[in-house]
Amino acid sequence: MRYIPHTEAEVNRMLAAIGVESVTDLFGTVPATVRLKRPLNLPEPLSEAELVREFRRLAANDATASSHLAFLGGGAYDHFIPAAVDHLISRSEFYTAYTPYQPEISQGTLQAVFEFQTLICQLTGMDQANASMYDGASACAEAVLMAVRSKKRRKVLLSAALHPAYRETVATYCRYLDLDLVTLPWSNDGATDPAALEKMMDDQTAGVVVGYPNFFGVIEDLADLARPVHRHRGLLIAAVQEPIALGLLRPPGELGADIVVGEGQSFGIPLSFGGPYLGFFAARREAIRSMPGRLVGESVDRDGRRGFVLTLATREQHIRREKATSNICSNQALCALVATVYLSLLGRQGLREVAEQNLAKAAYAHRSIKAIEGFSIPFKGPVFNEFVVEAESGAEGVLTDLEQAGILGGIPLGRFYPNIPEMRGRFLVCVTEQHSKKEIDALTAALAGGGA
Amino acid sequence: MEFPEELKYTEEHEWAFIEDDLVVVGITDFAQDALGDVVFVELPEIGTMVEAGKPFGVVESVKAVSDIYAPVSGEVVEVNEELSDSPEMINTSPYEDAWLVKIKVNEPGEINDLMDAEAYQAFVEEEGGD
Repeated sequence: MRYIPHTEAEVNRMLAAIGVESVTDLFGTVPATVRLKRPLNLPEPLSEAELVREFRRLAANDATASSHLAFLGGGAYDHFIPAAVDHLISRSEFYTAYTPYQPEISQGTLQAVFEFQTLICQLTGMDQANASMYDGASACAEAVLMAVRSKKRRKVLLSAALHPAYRETVATYCRYLDLDLVTLPWSNDGATDPAALEKMMDDQTAGVVVGYPNFFGVIEDLADLARPVHRHRGLLIAAVQEPIALGLLRPPGELGADIVVGEGQSFGIPLSFGGPYLGFFAARREAIRSMPGRLVGESVDRDGRRGFVLTLATREQHIRREKATSNICSNQALCALVATVYLSLLGRQGLREVAEQNLAKAAYAHRSIKAIEGFSIPFKGPVFNEFVVEAESGAEGVLTDLEQAGILGGIPLGRFYPNIPEMRGRFLVCVTEQHSKKEIDALTAALAGGGA
Repeated sequence: MEFPEELKYTEEHEWAFIEDDLVVVGITDFAQDALGDVVFVELPEIGTMVEAGKPFGVVESVKAVSDIYAPVSGEVVEVNEELSDSPEMINTSPYEDAWLVKIKVNEPGEINDLMDAEAYQAFVEEEGGD
């Protein structure tokens, strides 16, 4: 059902029907003392043409993946978006519908979300997924809350190599809950230190959260990490910030993850300066009543025809109130539709091909940069499409020089780890299928030219 | 609506019945009718200590969730395992097949503090429930 605004004639007919002169009169009960008696302090309205020119002027102030040669990753990725995606989601039934979940008139939307849930289950190797969350970071926080809730334990271990914004968001969600959030260090391969996990995991720990791949682009050994976690009957939570990797890596569910969350932005959603993005959340069958978020279920109507509905609503806050599994009463339906269209277009084979290109191109960049005098690769762990580079002369200076040359070379890491001095020389470089060999060579040349 | 004579009742719509030296607990016909189709029951583990007036479990229907309150204090010694596969028994047989737990009470006399069938029926009618 699409949104169609009222015409002036319709408004006047409604006013006449209820015996009111104007829309302003409907606010008659608002005391005069609090009513604004002047126009809003806004500039004059512009025509459509003037407005477009003004936005173009403002946009020209930004350095983007379009204006610059960008090798930026770290939780938001520049992947190719097929034209068919925009074309399909622009249908007004999808684009302008508001909260289209009544099964009587929204079977299309509900079916699309059900298919999204199914795709997430297939990619993550889990039994069920919810209708989506706001983004990877909040999905990660909800997973921590779910672990604490279902295990009735107060301690959670978070890898230091998990995305810093995810860790910050978890801390925010847990702030007044009297929980013990403990950091797991990484070892020199850039992955979570298994010896530290062995030492810190105990019967008071509800869950352990690691990235897959992690913030440094390193592919964590989930199966190995799962062992001590499960020995103490805790939950392993895998946070997938770059799910294109799932086109090539084994699904976390097969490796022992109990909850899999992540960021679906890579599946056809533009970078858009940070949003709207798409959180996904998947868990095992027996945990379904503990899951947060909306769930679309498949059923039959009284004539035996297949239909889709929001189900297990008794988990949610509008019914269970303060005992609900979450306070979320929304999802990212349009973005979930984008991901569903993207994944359907690519298919299993296409996703694998995209992932292979990411892996190959990043490996080429990895080799090339490693060979440059004054640059090294500090972490030895296997990576997918991004990796950490260390510049002898310091990261910020190198990246500033590159920016002058129109290249956004990477994300400086010092700001995320102020207590770890060696991070000041390091930056995170991301290469996707969008980069050509020529462009990667340009990065290498710029690093070699300006670099050490 | 049924109000079996031999049972005792609480204001939260649970029933209690002495069986040998245990107290059997369930929810009333009025409660199951108000809830609608029951789909899930969350019961405590055997060995759990429950306190009179405090919630010890949850009954979930398609449209609502309700805490179940202990009518007496004591230890849960038996739990109706069949409810996990057939929660709908609460709707079809709230007083017989769908007993929830059996409690070994601290004070055998505590059950006498509860309402009898007549008082409960009056309570329900006064609440205006139908």
